[in-house]
Amino acid sequence: MNERGRRYYVLAGIFTLFVLFLYGPMFAIFALSFQGPEGGLTFPMRGFSTHWFSELWKGVGVVDIWAAFGRSLRLGAVVSALTLVISLPAALAYRIGFRGATLLFYTVIASLIVPSIVVSLGIGLEFRLFDDWVKEFIVGHQTSTGLFSSALGAHLTWTLPFGLLILLAAFNRFDRRYEEAARDLGASPWQTLWLVILPIILPSLIGIGLFGFTLSWDELARTSQAIGGRNTLPLELRGLTQTVTTPAVYALGTVVTGVSLVVIGFSLATITLIGRARSRRGR
Amino acid sequence: MTTAEQAPEGGPTALTGPGRAHTALVSPDSDAAAVHGVKRRRSLLDRPYALASPLLLVMALFFVGPLILTIIVSFWEYTQYSIEPAFVTTNYQDVFYQCVAKLPNLCVTFATYLSTLKFCFIVWAITLVLGFTLAWFIVFEVKKTSTQIALFLICTIPFWTSNVIRMMAWIPLLGRNGLVNQVLMSMGIVSEPQEWLLYSDFAVILAFIHLYTMFMMVPIVNSMMRIDREIIEAARDAGAGIWTIALSVIAPLCRPGIVIGSIFVITIVMGDYITVGVMGGQQIASVGKTIQVQMQYLQFPIAAANAVVLLGAVLMIIFAMTRLVDVRREL
Repeated sequence: MNERGRRYYVLAGIFTLFVLFLYGPMFAIFALSFQGPEGGLTFPMRGFSTHWFSELWKGVGVVDIWAAFGRSLRLGAVVSALTLVISLPAALAYRIGFRGATLLFYTVIASLIVPSIVVSLGIGLEFRLFDDWVKEFIVGHQTSTGLFSSALGAHLTWTLPFGLLILLAAFNRFDRRYEEAARDLGASPWQTLWLVILPIILPSLIGIGLFGFTLSWDELARTSQAIGGRNTLPLELRGLTQTVTTPAVYALGTVVTGVSLVVIGFSLATITLIGRARSRRGR
Repeated sequence: MTTAEQAPEGGPTALTGPGRAHTALVSPDSDAAAVHGVKRRRSLLDRPYALASPLLLVMALFFVGPLILTIIVSFWEYTQYSIEPAFVTTNYQDVFYQCVAKLPNLCVTFATYLSTLKFCFIVWAITLVLGFTLAWFIVFEVKKTSTQIALFLICTIPFWTSNVIRMMAWIPLLGRNGLVNQVLMSMGIVSEPQEWLLYSDFAVILAFIHLYTMFMMVPIVNSMMRIDREIIEAARDAGAGIWTIALSVIAPLCRPGIVIGSIFVITIVMGDYITVGVMGGQQIASVGKTIQVQMQYLQFPIAAANAVVLLGAVLMIIFAMTRLVDVRREL
């Protein structure tokens, strides 16, 4: 396979077509969100304007989009932080090893592959039964479901498996000799963690934190039955695709995707910069 | 041992810890103590259970607990207003109502599963072939590592952006007045707008492939990267053609990646109700949709029974698949 034969060009062609397939529809959305004021939901575009973004800014329909925007932003930030703060110690525990480690690992994997609707239903049920139980003691108790209880838990069942798997992979490639050297020089476990281990796995940690945010930011299936009354942005968006018939809904799509891309770009850039700084220092 | 006592919140402790470690750095006593054989205080970092407990807690509270509750509630009774603890099998009887009696005609549940399985199989077959081909290009045809990484990222970035938007994006293309119809008509290929493009089986399958091909591709790339190139050279020297190499050498060596990718795609398609809903115009039945509708009407016990059946079906498929591949390997 050393020369670029016909096979290379056929496969390159398939790859290019796939990338067009992957990004083409997205570009349609971005283009149409700049539709002129008279334009509709389909091509051709009638002029070019930011009219639908200003419509979006004023609010679309009856739902408060910007409140949902804020909720998604806050939830994403909390999910991202918790994913880091929970998966890092867990990954450290896996380096030591413990009884039941395999069982926990398979549970985490199962959490990734059990259909979202089943997880969502289960969490919804759990909180409903909990509410029924609380109501027997506290008069006027409404519900415990919400952004930072049931929805947060639902999101963590999705982000934590990714966090743990990424860290286990990082520790798999980790050269333990650095750590042993630190210990031989008299470093305490905390010093070893802070000064040796964390700097080495920093790119993975940044990846987990920021991808945790985008996973939560875009999560829909697990949240749908587990959130209670107030919706996150993807849920509102799904509702709007059925009711709103102006390009404002595309403008919202563009904004949501924009936030995801900024976060992904930021994390990839940071990881690349760390890598470069390291190779320059010859680490 | 305050650090160990704070174990359940392992995270916050991990954040305050290093500060203390820093003060230890300037204290000359710590080294001296070690030299004199005084046993070092056992750190939280040496306690795996404390470290893993936050993860364990979240998994118990939001995954294992809810699953067990779902199984329990599937045997409960319900009225229009409430759910009542009981042990009845009526929910399961309702799920499979007249399924055996009506055979060979399909009952609602069997028809729904058949429709879902049909999507599952088509999407699985297409994503497998496509994922394998794309992975082959990145791993074996592209020479420079930096290009490989760049191409890989191009494929994975859309995965991190909203599924709803990626579905929604097909509407201006496939709709009655969509771009595809406009192009087809202006080229004179069709004389009137094609209705089957959107809100159809075709649209659902297209969206699934658009959304989930990379779930298949990434594990296969991962497996392919580990294949020793010399094996391929050896196969070639032995006279194997490219198809023989692909199907008899590379594919079996990619087996773990293929199995992982297939499990992802199958479980997603089996439980999906959002893609089927949006792209099928709310007209196509799916198991997930059934559960969602029953929850809307607060019929939790029967929704739970449906969820248990779905989970059982998914597990059976996964089990059968891993067996199937194992058997083939042994032959």
